[in-house]
Amino acid sequence: MSTPSFSETIDHFSPAQEEGTGVPGAEKGLHGRPAPPSIQDQRYKTGTMVGLAGILMFFTAFVSAYIVRQGLGTDWEPIKLPNLVWYNTLILLASSFSLEMARTRLKDLPALRSWWLGTATLGTVFLVGQLVVWQKLSAEGVYLASNPSSSFFYVLTAVHGIHLLGGVLALLILSLKLWGGILASHHVGSMALYWHFMDFLWILLLLLFVFWR
Amino acid sequence: MVVAILIWLITIFTSYHFLMRTWWFPDSASAHGHLLDSQFETTLIVTGVIFILVQIALGYLVWKYRQKPSSGKAIYTHGNHRLEIASIVVTTIVFYLMVLPGQSIWADLYINAPAQDSIQIEVTGQQFAWNMRYPGPDGKFGRTLPELIDDSSGNPLGLDFEDPAAEDDLVLPIMALPVERPIELLLRSKDVTHSFFVRELRIKQDTVPGLTIPLRFTPTQTGTFEIVCAELCGLGHHRMRSFLEVMSDADYRAWLEEMAE
Amino acid sequence: MAEAEHSHAAHAAPTSFIWKYIFSKDHKIIGIQYYLLALFAVFVGMALSVLIRINLVWSGTSIGLLEALFPEGAPGGVMTPEFYLAMLTMHGTIMVFMVLTTAPQGGFGNYFLPIQIGADDMAFPTLNMLSFWLTFVSLVVLLAAFFVSGGAPTSGWTAYPPLSALGEIAGPGLGIGQDLWIVSIAIFCIASLLGALNFITTVLDLRVKGMTLMRMPLPVWAWFVTAILGLLAFGVLLAAGILLLLDRVAGTSFFIPGGLVVSDQIINHKGGSPLLWQHLFWFFGHPEVYIAILPGMGVTSQILAVFSRKPIFGYKAMVYSMFGIGTLGFLVWGHHMFMSGMSPYSAIVFSLLTTAIAVPSAIKTFNWLGTLWGGRISLEPAMQFAIRFVSLFVSGGLGGLFLNQPSTDIYLHDTYFVVGHFHLIMGVAAIFGIFAGTYYWFSKMFGRHMNKKLGTLHFWLTFVGVNSIFMPMHFLGLVGHPRRYAELSGVNFLAQTAPLHFFITIAAFITVAAQFIFLFNFLWALFKGPKAERNPWSATTLEWEIPSPPPHDNFGGKELTVHHGPYEYSVPGEEADFVMQTARPLQKTDTGTEN
Repeated sequence: MSTPSFSETIDHFSPAQEEGTGVPGAEKGLHGRPAPPSIQDQRYKTGTMVGLAGILMFFTAFVSAYIVRQGLGTDWEPIKLPNLVWYNTLILLASSFSLEMARTRLKDLPALRSWWLGTATLGTVFLVGQLVVWQKLSAEGVYLASNPSSSFFYVLTAVHGIHLLGGVLALLILSLKLWGGILASHHVGSMALYWHFMDFLWILLLLLFVFWR
Repeated sequence: MVVAILIWLITIFTSYHFLMRTWWFPDSASAHGHLLDSQFETTLIVTGVIFILVQIALGYLVWKYRQKPSSGKAIYTHGNHRLEIASIVVTTIVFYLMVLPGQSIWADLYINAPAQDSIQIEVTGQQFAWNMRYPGPDGKFGRTLPELIDDSSGNPLGLDFEDPAAEDDLVLPIMALPVERPIELLLRSKDVTHSFFVRELRIKQDTVPGLTIPLRFTPTQTGTFEIVCAELCGLGHHRMRSFLEVMSDADYRAWLEEMAE
Repeated sequence: MAEAEHSHAAHAAPTSFIWKYIFSKDHKIIGIQYYLLALFAVFVGMALSVLIRINLVWSGTSIGLLEALFPEGAPGGVMTPEFYLAMLTMHGTIMVFMVLTTAPQGGFGNYFLPIQIGADDMAFPTLNMLSFWLTFVSLVVLLAAFFVSGGAPTSGWTAYPPLSALGEIAGPGLGIGQDLWIVSIAIFCIASLLGALNFITTVLDLRVKGMTLMRMPLPVWAWFVTAILGLLAFGVLLAAGILLLLDRVAGTSFFIPGGLVVSDQIINHKGGSPLLWQHLFWFFGHPEVYIAILPGMGVTSQILAVFSRKPIFGYKAMVYSMFGIGTLGFLVWGHHMFMSGMSPYSAIVFSLLTTAIAVPSAIKTFNWLGTLWGGRISLEPAMQFAIRFVSLFVSGGLGGLFLNQPSTDIYLHDTYFVVGHFHLIMGVAAIFGIFAGTYYWFSKMFGRHMNKKLGTLHFWLTFVGVNSIFMPMHFLGLVGHPRRYAELSGVNFLAQTAPLHFFITIAAFITVAAQFIFLFNFLWALFKGPKAERNPWSATTLEWEIPSPPPHDNFGGKELTVHHGPYEYSVPGEEADFVMQTARPLQKTDTGTEN
């Protein structure tokens, strides 16, 4: 094999695998490096990343609508974020930390369980917190239709919240596997990817609310 | 074989009607119309040639290389790099050369500043009629308020007669224009998006609620032309038809006076 | 994790009827389900188009049958404008979403993508099942709009606000009907996003040993690029739909500006932008049309090679041009908005970008011709439809060159020129791609052959028919005939179009009737068609290695290795005129990574 062609370099299989057992990833890679991820790992990871790309476009649409709308009318009143929003953010960041703790303790079942549940709990607290934020806003007379900026705030937090709720549900469903002792690393990897992304997305949205007024 | 003939027949039939102009644009009645028409012609020639060449090639290839008992094996080739590159280059050049003149026509129409002595007329679309507003001798459009809009009592634009500029405003369902004078229409909408379209003048512009969009042109022929709506606006979209008459300068001034009564 | 199972989709073949045929996780069954959904939808869509054509020719005449069928929509046998607009809206919506976005991708893609790359199933079979059933629910919700008070929406498949956002005050059908429309589309978006996720992951991760990316058959590339487009575009439509729904029911003003007065009533919204909807919608809408056509391009490439007994001309260029079309497809949405009131500077930019798409399109056309050249062509129905795909793609595509220039678009925008253009590309070329795929793959899917004579007859009638319907529409556009007009009597210059309308309508009747030949052939062949052999077309791709129809796990547990590209036909020195992808590597002329 001379210089790998473009197609070879972007391919999934090493040249050695052409002569291998036919199961991608089952054997060691070249030069004794750790074997490429098993097919299970790989498809959950790919699937999660692909899914996140789709979700990102979804949020990008809202954000670009936000930016356009903000630049349009003279009736834009920047929303005053209740302080709770910041506490909520800290909680969400903590939940990411907790999930990372879980992810790096795959062998230590009790620790894994604690951190895992911790993440689910913190995620739920965040969601409840968001609802309370909504309540505070409506108590001040700021509703969905009050002002374009409040419309976007409610919509963006709702849509983010729904995705995070999905994450919490996934955590809970996976915890069933966890208690059965059969949680696989690919589940944890994908879960972490998704959760951290939601966290990161929240930060971006916050930056939008704070700086693009 | 029959397939190839079929393709060629359809090509010939279609080309015939394009050449004979059986159903075609009406004659252009505006200054930029002639430019637009020639851009159309250019595009037609380029696309027409490509259309005919490709359809003929397709038909020919299907006919020539059809399987016969005497056919040998097909020619084994994965392609031809040079030919590929050549086709990319030629396509790019041809299409961009074709498209560029049109961009400057567009730019002249929409981007460059209007002539100083444009006659301004405001056009407001609504479900399902056009309202043309002339500013009157004072040359100013009076204030309008949504609360004052009342179709049935003849104030479709909600003119506020407290504003002195509104008094001489003329609101009409039809339009008249003087020939050879630059015109600037200010397009608006009361309810949903409509589109102001006059074929002969080669003008079309969506009227978007919340926006006032300028549309500039210079009529060069007299005549009566139909105004139609070109954006789905509801039940009566098909009957938002009005008339635009282009007349001599003298006739136009007489018309304005007549309408003012 | 050491078990690294060979078949990741290690679900045993289900036995009960429900799990086998209704809630199946088998990509083949799901593919057929999508196909059947599209088949049903296309006949509904065609029925609507017949009604549209009837109205355009005989709008004043009282037609007894109409009154009997639609007492509310056609009182006294004459169609009301709202009925016409509702038919038109639903025709477009059903055809674009439920036919062109399902059959090529969800139908054939689901069925053959895994097989053509040597996989047992999609990456996420359960998700796949969910995608189909969500699509099904979406169709049900959409059709429900016909039956609610006020009827189906009348704002076109493009649903521009404020018309679509103001509710019933702006017209009939814009009440609950519009809400159902939005909900249906939203569900469809989610289903499509999930499907796209599945397709992309499958192509990236589940290829069998030796199936490098550059050995994948072109339909797989097409489904892959289409899935990427769908992934990135449907989220935007979903977002737009949510905002529109909120404007309608929650009092927000994303798209509704202030100062509106509808029928003398002041509307209590302000500050929104109708143009914002157009940007969001067309940001989705333009990639959507490529989603509709790309699979057809892939299938055409495949069929042209097989029935010319030649490798595809310029495989790599074909792959890159698909990516080119896909990428550029995201940058050109503004060409739907030249007259919208958006900045004229943007118009120039969008126009120049759109012109660029002509380049990869031309490459593909050129390469298709190159594939035919020097071939040994046999004219099976599949091949006739594929050849015709090229012809129609060119006809329709060239029309686009008039529309992509803002100057010429001034006259042609929102006229029948546009209708002719997009129908040729979507309503004909894309459909021909589906027909081609059907005639090509039917025997593999169902183990029986469709009738070749009926197929040829169907082809001829359809080809002449669709050209007769949609080419004349360009002339209507040149006359300046606006779109979406329920009646023509109100405009003087439309009187001259009567003969053309009549011709088009008769052609439409004949063409629609010809589709029943296809339907009959399809259904008859399902039960009575002659049994098919494994590889009737002597084709080289992996699906032709396995029985017709394939077993539940596709390859029967066999371990495959791919040694060749997918288009090794008429290889010199080989006795047969084709080399299967899994054939042992050839001695001298190893055709492993050709081109």
